[in-house]
Amino acid sequence: MVALTDQERAMLDGSDGAAVQKAIELLVRYADALGADRFVETDNVAGVPGSSTPWIKQYYAADGGDYRAVFSRYDLDSDEVVDVPRVNAFSCHLQGGMDPELWAEQGFSAEAHANFASDEAQVAGHGIQVLKTCTPYLAGNVPVMGEHCAWMESSAVVYCNSVVGARTNCEGRESTSAAMLAKRIPDWGFHRDEFRRGQHRVQVDVPVDDIFEWGMLGYYVGIAVQDAIPVLDGHIGPPNLIRHKHFGAAAASSGGVEMYHMVGITPEARSSEQAFGGRPRGETFVYDSTARAETYAALNALGRSMVVDFVMLGCPHYSIEQIAQAARLIEGRRVSANSALWIFTSRAVKATADASGYTAILSRAGARLMTDTCSSISQAVPAGTRVVAVDSAKQVHYLPAIMGLEGWYGTTAQCIDAACTGQWRGALV
Amino acid sequence: MNDAVFIDAPITLRGRGIVPGVAEGEALVTRETISGWGGVAPMSGTIIESRHELRGQSFAGKILVFPGAKGSSGWSSIFHTTRLAGTAPLALVFNVMTTKVALGAVVMRVPSVTELDRDPLELIDTGDRVRVDGDAGTVTIWKFSV
Repeated sequence: MVALTDQERAMLDGSDGAAVQKAIELLVRYADALGADRFVETDNVAGVPGSSTPWIKQYYAADGGDYRAVFSRYDLDSDEVVDVPRVNAFSCHLQGGMDPELWAEQGFSAEAHANFASDEAQVAGHGIQVLKTCTPYLAGNVPVMGEHCAWMESSAVVYCNSVVGARTNCEGRESTSAAMLAKRIPDWGFHRDEFRRGQHRVQVDVPVDDIFEWGMLGYYVGIAVQDAIPVLDGHIGPPNLIRHKHFGAAAASSGGVEMYHMVGITPEARSSEQAFGGRPRGETFVYDSTARAETYAALNALGRSMVVDFVMLGCPHYSIEQIAQAARLIEGRRVSANSALWIFTSRAVKATADASGYTAILSRAGARLMTDTCSSISQAVPAGTRVVAVDSAKQVHYLPAIMGLEGWYGTTAQCIDAACTGQWRGALV
Repeated sequence: MNDAVFIDAPITLRGRGIVPGVAEGEALVTRETISGWGGVAPMSGTIIESRHELRGQSFAGKILVFPGAKGSSGWSSIFHTTRLAGTAPLALVFNVMTTKVALGAVVMRVPSVTELDRDPLELIDTGDRVRVDGDAGTVTIWKFSV
């Protein structure tokens, strides 16, 4: 049983109100399932609090079918509906279901948009930052080393642990919504030093030096180590934010990697010894040209037709640097009449893209810069889409399966070329 | 189910119950970890992940025996939705503890057991009759044989 402080026991007794009581009740059930001994305090929570489809609201129609009902019964898994006050922790809302302006083009009805807008007003009203992105670290929530966080979104979690050195497990909707109220999360997993040490070694024998290569390496690593913690060493090119973003998203999707070490690169791996921290070293995996070719083939396993009718970029949400690159690649060209190009980012980054002229360049070329969501999250693709091309290993892992499409994985330049020609000409070089 | 096709002497595994309650039914076993969001269609309880060995099969009303959870943090939310849709598994038996599977089991509210003294993936086959006791932390198996 999880041990409680006096303050936590008071929460359970209802001293901080019914919503906090329901929140800590759920967190106790969760901590006991994990086998956690105690809670840690957190003041940095990222989730999707209270946002729901009309289907879920309808399910709780007898309770009023509103935000309060969904937050109580679904987010807090409470058997009774309670009043939900402004949240107590610094909290943000991750990605959402549609673009706040281009929703009709994404195929949503006015009713669906009204539901979206109503939930968003509730989120804001509850004191939760409306970041609406899978990349909170690019939109105003950058944790610091050692900070205890409670984050959802596997690509953000792996970034938070590995690149920043902050501490979070891969939380879920219910645990993050509860943590927003109770400011607690079980002291288990990545909150604890011993859990963060490396388990398997990955020797990188081929040069890995752009997001296409980092994405493939991440996909390989996830398949190799599943949900263990890899320690990578070898020919890893100069690190930057977007390379880590694509590597981590891929590794979290193909396996369940929530933290990785790269020797000499990530903050808890100044040396291989530090990364393993005395833990017994498990297997060694070698990423060589054969492994690279097999990974490429796996990522393109659902590609058949060379006729590409949709290109989706922005998984995880594009940084301003990537939007600038996309604008440079497409300037002077046009998206094919037989294809479409949607690029996804956060509202914060889009504001910079607007100011920097990139949104206008993309728009003139027939591309769309969208926010909040992606095609997998929103299940929105242009009407009639059969074959999609992406520059994200994570997105090609999910989107074809979710939407029943063929999918190609390639470089950003190959994807933009496919959008402009309607033809897939990607290949491993 | 016809009892005649089950071997009489049951096998009992002992572990740790993480969600209380008792359920008995037919096992659906996979040696591959399961993705929730993007890997399961919650309205039917069907595995949809590309290349998954259970692709196209539903766990609704089955005892789901699997190594553990992987993938998106939407795991709990997808399995929570199966509870609402009436497509949840009857119980969970799994090996590797993660926050995803712990939270998913808690909000799905189905009997769940882990940390077993013998590997359930070695001892349980799809089609076996299994009783999961989340209070006692036990899993009892009646082997299906033809």
